[in-house]
Amino acid sequence: MPRRNDIKKIMIVGSGPIIIGQACEFDYSGTQACKALRADGYEVVLINSNPATIMTDPELADRTYVEPLSVAYAEEVIRRERPQALLSTVGGQTGLNLSVDLAEAGILEKYGVELIGAKVEAIKKAEDRLMFKDAMRKIGLETPQSMLITSVEAGFEFAARIGYPMILRPSFTLGGTGGGIAYNREDLVEILERGLDLSPVHEVLAEESVLGWKEFELEVMRDLADNAIIICSIENFDAMGVHTGDSITVAPAQTLTDREYQMMRDGALACLREIGVDTGGSNVQFAIDPKTGRMVVVEMNPRVSRSSALASKATGFPIAKIAAKLAVGYRLDEIKNDITRQTPACFEPTIDYVVVKIPRWQFEKFPGAEPVLGTQMKSVGEVMSIGRTFKQSLGKAIRSLETGKASTADVLLKELIPQRLITPNPERLSYVRFAMENGYTVDQVHEMTAIDPWFLRQIAEIVEYDRVLENHTFESAGKDLLRKAKRDGVSDNRLGRMWGVDPLKVREKRKELGVRAVFNRVDTCAAEFESFTPYLYSSYESECEAEPDSRPKVMILGSGPNRIGQGIEFDYCCCHASFALREFGHESIMVNCNPETVSTDYDTSDRLYFEPLTLEEVLNICDTEKPDGVIVQFGGQTPLNLALPLKRQGVPIIGTDPENIDLAEDRKRFGALLDKLGIPSPANGTATSEQEAIDVARRLGFPVLVRPSYVLGGRAMVIAYDEDTVRRYMREAVVFSQERPVLIDRFLEDATEVDVDALSDGEGVLIAGIMEHIEEAGVHSGDSSCVLPATSISPNALDTIHSYTVQLARALNVIGLMNVQYAIKDSTVYVLEVNPRASRTAPYVSKATGVPLPKVAVALMLGRKLKDLGHLTGGYTSGVLPVPQYFVKSPVFPFNKFPGVDPQLGPEMRSTGEVMGVGENFGEAFAKAQLSAGTPLPNDGTVFISVNDRHKAEAVELGRKFTELGFQLAATRGTAAALQAAGLKVKTVFKVNEGRPNAVDLLKAGSLKLVIYTSTGGHSFSDEKAIRRSAVMYRVPCITTLSGAKAAAEAMVSRRRDPIRVWNLQEIHQKLEMHSAQA
Amino acid sequence: MTDALLALEDGSVFEGRAFGARVQRFGEVVFNTSITGYQEVFTDPSYTGQIVVLTAPQIGNYGANEDDCESPRPFIEGLIVREISSIASNWRSEETADRFLERHGIPAIAEIDTRKLVRKLRIGGVMRGVVGPGDANPQDLIDAARRSPSMAGLDLATRVSTRKRYEWTQPVSRCSPSERLKDAAPPEFRVVACDFGMKRNILRRLVHSGCSVTVVPAGTSAEDILALKPDGVFLSNGPGDPEPLEFQVAQVRKLIGKTPVFGICLGHQILGLAMGGKTFKLKFGHRGANHPVINYQTNKVEITSQNHGFAVDADSIPAATVDITHMNLNDHTVEGLRHRSHPVFCVQYHPEAAPGPHDSHYLFNDFTQLMRGNKR
Repeated sequence: MPRRNDIKKIMIVGSGPIIIGQACEFDYSGTQACKALRADGYEVVLINSNPATIMTDPELADRTYVEPLSVAYAEEVIRRERPQALLSTVGGQTGLNLSVDLAEAGILEKYGVELIGAKVEAIKKAEDRLMFKDAMRKIGLETPQSMLITSVEAGFEFAARIGYPMILRPSFTLGGTGGGIAYNREDLVEILERGLDLSPVHEVLAEESVLGWKEFELEVMRDLADNAIIICSIENFDAMGVHTGDSITVAPAQTLTDREYQMMRDGALACLREIGVDTGGSNVQFAIDPKTGRMVVVEMNPRVSRSSALASKATGFPIAKIAAKLAVGYRLDEIKNDITRQTPACFEPTIDYVVVKIPRWQFEKFPGAEPVLGTQMKSVGEVMSIGRTFKQSLGKAIRSLETGKASTADVLLKELIPQRLITPNPERLSYVRFAMENGYTVDQVHEMTAIDPWFLRQIAEIVEYDRVLENHTFESAGKDLLRKAKRDGVSDNRLGRMWGVDPLKVREKRKELGVRAVFNRVDTCAAEFESFTPYLYSSYESECEAEPDSRPKVMILGSGPNRIGQGIEFDYCCCHASFALREFGHESIMVNCNPETVSTDYDTSDRLYFEPLTLEEVLNICDTEKPDGVIVQFGGQTPLNLALPLKRQGVPIIGTDPENIDLAEDRKRFGALLDKLGIPSPANGTATSEQEAIDVARRLGFPVLVRPSYVLGGRAMVIAYDEDTVRRYMREAVVFSQERPVLIDRFLEDATEVDVDALSDGEGVLIAGIMEHIEEAGVHSGDSSCVLPATSISPNALDTIHSYTVQLARALNVIGLMNVQYAIKDSTVYVLEVNPRASRTAPYVSKATGVPLPKVAVALMLGRKLKDLGHLTGGYTSGVLPVPQYFVKSPVFPFNKFPGVDPQLGPEMRSTGEVMGVGENFGEAFAKAQLSAGTPLPNDGTVFISVNDRHKAEAVELGRKFTELGFQLAATRGTAAALQAAGLKVKTVFKVNEGRPNAVDLLKAGSLKLVIYTSTGGHSFSDEKAIRRSAVMYRVPCITTLSGAKAAAEAMVSRRRDPIRVWNLQEIHQKLEMHSAQA
Repeated sequence: MTDALLALEDGSVFEGRAFGARVQRFGEVVFNTSITGYQEVFTDPSYTGQIVVLTAPQIGNYGANEDDCESPRPFIEGLIVREISSIASNWRSEETADRFLERHGIPAIAEIDTRKLVRKLRIGGVMRGVVGPGDANPQDLIDAARRSPSMAGLDLATRVSTRKRYEWTQPVSRCSPSERLKDAAPPEFRVVACDFGMKRNILRRLVHSGCSVTVVPAGTSAEDILALKPDGVFLSNGPGDPEPLEFQVAQVRKLIGKTPVFGICLGHQILGLAMGGKTFKLKFGHRGANHPVINYQTNKVEITSQNHGFAVDADSIPAATVDITHMNLNDHTVEGLRHRSHPVFCVQYHPEAAPGPHDSHYLFNDFTQLMRGNKR
């Protein structure tokens, strides 16, 4: 069965913004699908609201719609484009849901669009809990027993049947709020009563507990001819009870005999066939009782998933690409294995190494959220590592995390060991090791964690070998000792720390002794066939398979695990750097350890090193590859931190000199530079002690912005309105030192913030975008919506910004990309910070302007001049790039995953992703962005307003606008008085502590449709926190800044005025070309 | 730390850590790429005369148990792995893999760069090798490897076959209460199984499909087999080169047309020779659990378990009388044959799996169907 010729045009649905549980793995899958289908001659129409993705690059699809993933906008795209088919399985849950919605709304039928990949029936059968259980029973597979319970008595009856413990989940509560595990009758009564009360439908799902069982996943693929294969088995290090996205996982499965593995394989294939996923990849999760071997199916995803991305990277088998080909009719045996070239894709990869994935959590950004892991995913990213053994792989994975701490250097407390082992939490792995260092046995740790003894034994052996290493000195360590340490994944850093020497000395010594890293290939076949793709990982084996080329080559350091503040935007830049290098005739070498990304696809770059981004590992690669240049400015803070150390080791960094990158981050030196240039910045100082901090703050005057140096994403950044806050901050919030002082700035209240991205060759400077933030300064730039072009900045200020940017680029001799943040207050333009590197906004600006910023930046880094690159920049080689429409970028927040956290925006970045809205006017673009961000604005109902006194006048203006739009107003006493005084009709609502029904009650009852609640400044009071938290809990849009509220009002105006309309990037950019041709 | 050596006939020496039994053994060094199923590999008699390199790096994790033995004892000459587990973690485990090998006198070496070794074998072809103690003179081991007999031309099947005829009655049993396994069919067919080094799971599968099985030694004549009045004859897998098995080929030739015949692996090669084909030695063999095989009758792909160093030459098959029914998609070698006019068929791979995927279990039913058709 070759490709289908009855289909010409295929629509692909992306997964939208990066959120917890749905990250750049769907950029990986969508990008592969776009590439595969276009390579086969299909026309591809893409819809995805996330501008930071590679897949939304205009080169990847024929028509790219960065539009909301809603039925209305998707229908408009379908109406315009008339695709014959819709691929439902590569856009994550979002893509799957939208596909089902379009089918159910009759839109696919109306326009004659065929759903390919998975049909609606199959999707429903897999997703509907009861239908799934029935289907599994039919084919003889067990699922955990469960029952919907509506009374405590029914709970007792069910308990009599299945026993304790029992899992209880109230239906339709946010993030499973109110659920729990009942270990006995008393627990059952308590949890059930609470759960029934919390559930809006008074229903609790009770399920047999499989906590502590072993958890496995199989990645399955099937073609239309019913050929079905397993790509990869994955075993969870953490037992059942921790979401698989929050579990440390290992591939392949380690503790199953062949009999047991085949039982699971048979089950997975039967499941796939019964659910009826026609083609493509699916994933089936199993739990096995470690005592009896009883096996249950936990769930199946009828689509490409996060695990598929992991399995693809773990095996070298490109699941999403193959899934796309299968969807258009190919058979598995008609597709070649890219890596071996000789053998077909219809086989099961076998691997001769061990892969470890560890999630990356950021509970520290969500004070109030308990750092405990359970059945709801909380991690924001993950790393993967490849090693010849589990120990080696585990060591590499821990290094890849870049948590800033070594695996055993956390602050761990003996008395916490039992608690930290029993309750899954982000630190559990560290505690397992720590427990063993403190004499706990494998059996004891197994008892407390339910982690399989095999994994624990591996860690015990690591701890035992640590003792051996500790009994040596740097001088006494010989070749065998070092070789074993390196083979077991021990880093030079750790050895250096252990022996009190510089890690570089350890490196030098082991290299002299012949203990050098070599590189092995990921080849899908355990070396049975020759591999033609240099997809490599380091090991301490005896043969190197890297086979470096002698062509001119440039290495790109990636951005590591996704985290808040450093996410897909940087992967976008790295991938583009790679594409550009190829185009400019250089070999591209990618180094990264994030399995979710496009950058870690083996065909993105000429050569891929799946390695931790540490000095040790990068130097190892440099030893082998000897690159002509290394690019550090595209991967966010991760490679920047390596820039100077690499340069000191003689590694050729290209682009802006690392010394100048460092200068821009060094408060004192940078301040001096600004003084010299005569560019104003908020008064500031640095402090290395509490007293010093107080002194500085007093000198500057409150409020002040306090933060540590060298961080991304505003980690631990606060606005302090008083000395107490500063004191508390210095005592509790940060670790600082003489080299890393705390930075204190005068905070500019109510200033307008501006982000600028620019390209520079050191002399010529082209400003790519001047983005005006919607939220006022003080909200982290990553958490603020922004608009291109700026809408309210005076021409004078724009000129000033232009001139400052050029001066700064020249002064820092920026070669490549630069980002500057400005604040405008009382018509003075202040520089807040300069980052001589790719910024989070680079992809958004690229998409708005049609100019591929990273590509131009690579050309500059390779030594070209802006004046010679007009063909890439639409003819502009200086000045500011034009934008033909309005483009709003809006952040997406994970507050619904962290119940109890105040959603008030502030200087610490907490958004996980972003969307872009495109419009003829600001309101339209902003409305689309809000819709895409998952906070759609209401059309009618009551708007609740509460603002501080400073903002009362503006609140009146806002209230008037909402009234004109037909909304009712409600407000707390103070605000209500101001609104009434201005003649507006408003309902006064109690604050939480004033009486009932109060604002929270109204939210719960669904009487409020929009909440505008700005912080009163200084400490947030518990009352306003409670209201904002409740808004999140009951899914009512909550706006926490006045500027945001004004934008929302404009968006609502647009919603009434403007029709549903969409634009593809290709037509927008064509408009630009015409524009520049006319100019 | 080096206390064991592997020396190859090409003069290369690999150093590692000894486990299992501390004895010196020689054999043909081959590699198996299956991720699971090391115990089945240890105990598969087809590995007679071979030192096995496992590409899966973590071996021994789930220990060893009686149920997963494919024969009464391990048949490998030696084992080479990247890492051996010091503990066994599985509810069915009875002892560690280390202890299992030691108990049966099999030497093993861990901490070898198995990937380098496998690449060497892939590029250079299988080689003879010796597993010896770490303090041995490497050159002596290399010489010993060079002196050891080659697999080609050796009749190993007779050596490992049962000496006495016996009945096998045990069907496949569940490894977990959740295993989806059809109940065993009631015994309906009398099958004589010629043991050339048979794996137990073949016997279990035959019984499960409704056969009462009499296992006979490799040297049993066609007359003696037919005297047992079988509904069908099964030819088992086994070690080594099929060509020296002239007696067996001659007996099988006599069986064709008299009774349904089903062969697996060596049994397939013997049938291939009996039906007029030729066999040849593969450069490094097929040993693993992920080989794609297309079934031309259904046009579907099966993922198969394989273990063979020799193969039937496709060009040698008399097309007038024999159909090639299955083909390997990796290297296009013959994987299955069927006689056009007689109830005779065979496959090169292992439908009984153990270790490996269960995609090809249907062949046992094909066999009973064939016998049923022949009975009528």
